[in-house]
Amino acid sequence: MVKLTIDGIQVEVPAGSTVIQAADAAGVEIPRFCYHERLSVAGNCRMCLVEIEKMPPKPQASCGMPVSEGMVVHTDSEMVRKGRRGVMEFLLINHPLDCPICDQGGECDLQDEAVSYGRDHSRFEEQKRAVSKPDWGPLVRTTMTRCIHCTRCVRFTTEVAGTAELGGTFRGENTQIGTFIEKALTSELSGNIIDLCPVGALTSKPYAFTARPWELRKTDSVDVLDALGSAIRVDARGAEVLRILPRLNDDVNEEWLGDKSRFAVDGLKRRRLDRPWLRENGKLRSASWEEAFAVIADRIKATAPEKLGAIAGDLNDAESMLALKEFFTALRSPNLDCRQDGAEFDASRRAFYLFNTTVAGLEEADALLIIGSNPRHEAPVLNARIRKRWLAGGFTAGLVGEAGELTYPVERIGVGTDALKALADGTHPFAEVLKAAKKPMIILGAGALARPDGAALQAAAWRLAAQYNALRADWHGFNVLHHAAARVGALDLGFLPGKGGKSTKAMLNGGVDVLWLLGADALDTKAIGQNTFVIYQGHHGDAGAARADVILPGAAYTEKHGTYVNTEGRVQQGFAAVLPPGDAREDWTIIRAISAYIGHALPYDTLEQLRAHLKASYPVFGQPFIRLAGNDTTAPLANPAALSAEPLAPVFGNYYQTDVISRASPTMADCVAAHYPAKAEAAE
Amino acid sequence: MNTQPEPQTFMFDEISEPLVAKAISKYPEGRQMSAVKTLLDIAQRQIGRTTGSAWLPQAALDAVAARLGAKPMRIYEVASFYTMFNLKPVGKYQLQVCTTTPCWLRGSDDIVSACKKASGIEHFGETSADGVFTLTEVECLGACVNAPILQVNDDYYEDMTAASTEALIGDLKAGKPLPSAGSLGGRKSSAPAPGQTTLLPASGSGE
Repeated sequence: MVKLTIDGIQVEVPAGSTVIQAADAAGVEIPRFCYHERLSVAGNCRMCLVEIEKMPPKPQASCGMPVSEGMVVHTDSEMVRKGRRGVMEFLLINHPLDCPICDQGGECDLQDEAVSYGRDHSRFEEQKRAVSKPDWGPLVRTTMTRCIHCTRCVRFTTEVAGTAELGGTFRGENTQIGTFIEKALTSELSGNIIDLCPVGALTSKPYAFTARPWELRKTDSVDVLDALGSAIRVDARGAEVLRILPRLNDDVNEEWLGDKSRFAVDGLKRRRLDRPWLRENGKLRSASWEEAFAVIADRIKATAPEKLGAIAGDLNDAESMLALKEFFTALRSPNLDCRQDGAEFDASRRAFYLFNTTVAGLEEADALLIIGSNPRHEAPVLNARIRKRWLAGGFTAGLVGEAGELTYPVERIGVGTDALKALADGTHPFAEVLKAAKKPMIILGAGALARPDGAALQAAAWRLAAQYNALRADWHGFNVLHHAAARVGALDLGFLPGKGGKSTKAMLNGGVDVLWLLGADALDTKAIGQNTFVIYQGHHGDAGAARADVILPGAAYTEKHGTYVNTEGRVQQGFAAVLPPGDAREDWTIIRAISAYIGHALPYDTLEQLRAHLKASYPVFGQPFIRLAGNDTTAPLANPAALSAEPLAPVFGNYYQTDVISRASPTMADCVAAHYPAKAEAAE
Repeated sequence: MNTQPEPQTFMFDEISEPLVAKAISKYPEGRQMSAVKTLLDIAQRQIGRTTGSAWLPQAALDAVAARLGAKPMRIYEVASFYTMFNLKPVGKYQLQVCTTTPCWLRGSDDIVSACKKASGIEHFGETSADGVFTLTEVECLGACVNAPILQVNDDYYEDMTAASTEALIGDLKAGKPLPSAGSLGGRKSSAPAPGQTTLLPASGSGE
């Protein structure tokens, strides 16, 4: 540790820190444009100038200056102010004065710092430079005349996203930040460069000219479009959610967010179910809650309990799933399943279905085996974390299955399950990597679990983890990477077939007479029996609603207070940013209401009572997050030899449209058009 | 103008390959990227040798990236930074006029006009209609003692005048080869222009 003084404040920081880091630790604000704590140091904006005693008598750039013992730093001396004013004057030489029409206005670093260090007028009488606006695809809007060449976006795509598609080309006055060859950005994390841009050069294309930051109501929430549970901030104005930004959470998403999670927000306004619907003579007509409840109650009362079934979808909060489970328990139906993809595996212990290493823990691993997953599509922020680990050195990754470019080198062991056998008997060279690793980890994809032999794959992966010493008291290297945000919460609640109960597959094809779909759209709705009465409770008119006989309009994740459990098993809460549209209601209240209507009233009237009940019945919801130890090596119940020879296909080839919200989003449709051109077009 | 379509593929040929291998071998394993400028130069010369227009199409930049194991963007950054790499087709002869202060004081404006007049080019950066000449303005070539300088391809022509410039371009236009490099004003190296002033034979005075 090194001791130094900044503006009279004593501060102690680790050796190798820079002065700007020490100032941040001391709570002294230093303006900066190019410096960012999660990117490499560029030192090219010169805004962070400070004066350091006993150094050459000139301002020093604090972002690149290492601290030394006894250093005395002044951040507000006359020399510093003069230096920063000079830097600001140069930055503003070529920066247009178009703040009134710039989307960054109000949250612009340059605007803010110009208040402190800008002149009241310009001394620059020459021509300002102008730069063309390249098209970087449907997400990022460019106004490169505003660019101050901080290179944060270049460093982000190079270091974090790993696509290296941005660079600083040409030189001097003609320097341009860009792709050189005009093209759409291919990274699934491209939206983050909008947050990183300190000026209005990179702004959000879908959000362009929509609102000013001071008009927005900001609500903390949790992302549900993948199972990582990234921390988000929902910005709304009136009844409308306008944008979603990441929040800091070093344990999960650091400060990044995937493009789908960020930009699918316009899907929340389209194809919404805002009133109950009833199917009469094959056609849906809008109805009142009373009518819908009456029809449901008649049906349920007329049906034997073992012919009732419920399937929970991918975006649900734990509260609504608990209510539905207890409602069905009260109806004495054991037919519950949360695995609408048809996965059937051993969920008897949490360790069998969690990402046990944890997202942050991943940075300790030194070998990684991915089985049947494409983390770049299923959890892009997690993929960036794996890349971060790889960049730190001493890390080898292998892949069994199919995945495109993953932004870090990966040894492709094979696409079939025979590759797992080769790893188990040590005939594949990657077995040596796993054997030599001190902290090996295995990621099993949700797509692999959804296969008919998913249970066998789970057992095989677990056995590999045990065999290569990844299950120890100090290290748990077995991980399942889910992509459904609701899945782990549902498994924790035991939203699974009870004794003699039917699984998703058994409920389809006429297995039940009344089927309650709680936001379940990803199952094959054509496989639902012809005479099965389908109740769809959810927020979007998608596959489930199209098949439904009764539609109960629910709330999307931005419209309800909800508890979600991410793929690591981390219990997180999101808050409602806006009200559900029209007659739609928070989902647990719908179930509570109908339970009373039928005469099996659930024992909670408020969200607080429901949550207290949740924590009492399932203690895991009330406990702080802990990493599981891997010392219990009891394997999942399945025969690992029952593997089929079928190759491990990627779960979804299309990153941008995976759920009802992103399918309803025009922005995501634009991304699909840009990144997955139809085959006919590609042939031209 | 060179109206050939941009080549879609590029491969180092048998002349370039040994040069590429030698350039890369100069740097330790993992530092191959250090050879980027040499490889770009080899590629540009190869294209000049084979097509008569020494420039770097995207295919060549990507080939250099592939050879060095770098992301293409890193190569584009380097290639666009240096004015010596041409990112669009150029003429057989690149007329590079230095207009920095010493050359300018010694009359580089006249050289520029002479170049434009003789080649028919209107502005810097353009190529003549017959595709033979490309005129560029360059910063100090480091030969100020013999200013003004006109660099044609790799060679410096020094002590230029409007007349000698027009004559040189006329010869090249007529298909004559490039004259030997150096002063076109008749002086040897950087010796004083009016003739030798020191180390003369003893005149008899003094001792």
